Amino acid sequence: MPERLPGEAEAHAPEPARAPLLEVVQLRVHYGAVAAIRGVDLTVAAGEVVALLGGNGAGKSTMLRTISGLSRPRAGRIMLAGEAIHRLPPSRIVRLGVAHCPEGRRVFGNLTVAENLRLGAAARRERAGIGEDRERIYALFPILRERMTQPAGTLSGGEQQMLALGRALMARPRVLLLDEPSLGLAPLLVQQIFRTLAELKAAGITMLLVEQNINLALDLADRAYVLRTGEVSLAGSAADLKADYEAVAAAYLGARP
Amino acid sequence: MSSELYITQQIINAISLGSLYALVAIGLSMIFGILRMTNFAHGDMMMVGAFGTLVLGSLGMGFGWAVLAGIAIGALAGVIVERTAYRPVRGAPEVTLLLTSLAVTYILENLGILIFTSSARNFPLPDWMNDAFQLFDGQITFTQINLLTVALTAVALAALGWFVTRTDVGLGMRAAAEDMGAAHLVGLDVNRLIIVAFAIASGFAGLAGILWAAQSGVVEPHMGFTPLLKAFVGAIIGGFGSIAGALLGGYLLGALEIFIVAFLPSEISPYRDAIVFILLIGFLLFRPNGLLKRSQEVKL
Repeated sequence: MPERLPGEAEAHAPEPARAPLLEVVQLRVHYGAVAAIRGVDLTVAAGEVVALLGGNGAGKSTMLRTISGLSRPRAGRIMLAGEAIHRLPPSRIVRLGVAHCPEGRRVFGNLTVAENLRLGAAARRERAGIGEDRERIYALFPILRERMTQPAGTLSGGEQQMLALGRALMARPRVLLLDEPSLGLAPLLVQQIFRTLAELKAAGITMLLVEQNINLALDLADRAYVLRTGEVSLAGSAADLKADYEAVAAAYLGARP
Repeated sequence: MSSELYITQQIINAISLGSLYALVAIGLSMIFGILRMTNFAHGDMMMVGAFGTLVLGSLGMGFGWAVLAGIAIGALAGVIVERTAYRPVRGAPEVTLLLTSLAVTYILENLGILIFTSSARNFPLPDWMNDAFQLFDGQITFTQINLLTVALTAVALAALGWFVTRTDVGLGMRAAAEDMGAAHLVGLDVNRLIIVAFAIASGFAGLAGILWAAQSGVVEPHMGFTPLLKAFVGAIIGGFGSIAGALLGGYLLGALEIFIVAFLPSEISPYRDAIVFILLIGFLLFRPNGLLKRSQEVKL
């Protein structure tokens, strides 16, 4: 690399406001011989909520797993605030500010609600403010405070989803990855979860959301990508996609409008 | 001899034996919980700990310090085995893990034979350790070793209980044992958790080995084999992978073995081990999750 002249770095540095917080570049992920993601580009700016739509097997969960470091890309890169994270172990990635609220909730059923929340903060670098963050989560989900000494395995599905979300928030993430937060929940609970997500968005939390429910996702998101068999088949602002429902449906199914 | 006193004596014996089984079973269960691996080399950490205490004691170290050092040597040996033998095959099929741990067993036991020969050595105890307490005109007898066994086990268990419910690392170990993938996702350093689990498990085994040697009076390279099998049975009875289950199973097994000999006709006593293993088969057939463990939850 040629030596930089003084001041050059500054001159060439992208403007912070326009630099994506999370940037996925030409990502390819394989499971054995099968390509799950084939060259996807994706960006999420700070404060933005981006939805990742698509049918089963489109590669949505694989995308989130790869960002979190659970799957390794075959090619391409993942940048968080300009730093490459795609070769780091999951614990480092969480430490750098990516929290993942996984599909199926995956709370620790043998541990209490309070212990689950505590572990959510175990990896975070900034130790100050953990107590306040926990209070904020209890304020967001009062039922969790009532159940704080119960094993998480005894919670209902909706309560477990709240706990999974709270656990991810305890990491005080720069980017929150959400995988199917509405899965398997009663409509009323889904509404409640999405109201909470809207509050989090208003509070400025950056999210990358995988969701089967297109309407809910597009109502919340600023922008959306539709994945089909590992490729981006449609991308645009949430408002545009909502207005052109047929294009979204076509992008799901594969026929180009 | 009155029957109440006889029963009390047998309960003392059962607690003493059960403590040893529980100490070994907990480590076995912890490692299985987090790695889904049956660590057959776990029993050899008893041998390592006991020889460590033996050697340091014979070099003139005070007994108490030699015991602590023996525990530390056991813990260190467990961490070294994890790092050199188990980590390279982590995630491999269960058969690979099983064979690797058997290989480690052979290596450690033959190393023990190479260094110490296969003949049993006397385990040097300070004289006061063999002092017996006699109550009710000698109808109830227990030695300092019995007392020490129960006391040290209680301390170790209390410390472990505190560790796994009050510290991030301890909670993380339980979390990783339940769902390794989710443990990664909340940012737990799983490698570190596994090292800590091996250190604790092997340190417990080292302590059990020292106490076992103190009770039997001898140390030899294969000394870990029988207690390992018994601890394995105890861990399965309680629920393999559960710390509380291993604790319960270890004490139940200790009680069962003592009571078979103490209360059943003497013709049955020789079949003690057979009864224990029939119980194991029964549990594996009809209640494979053990007494305490909930049925396996579906993992996504």
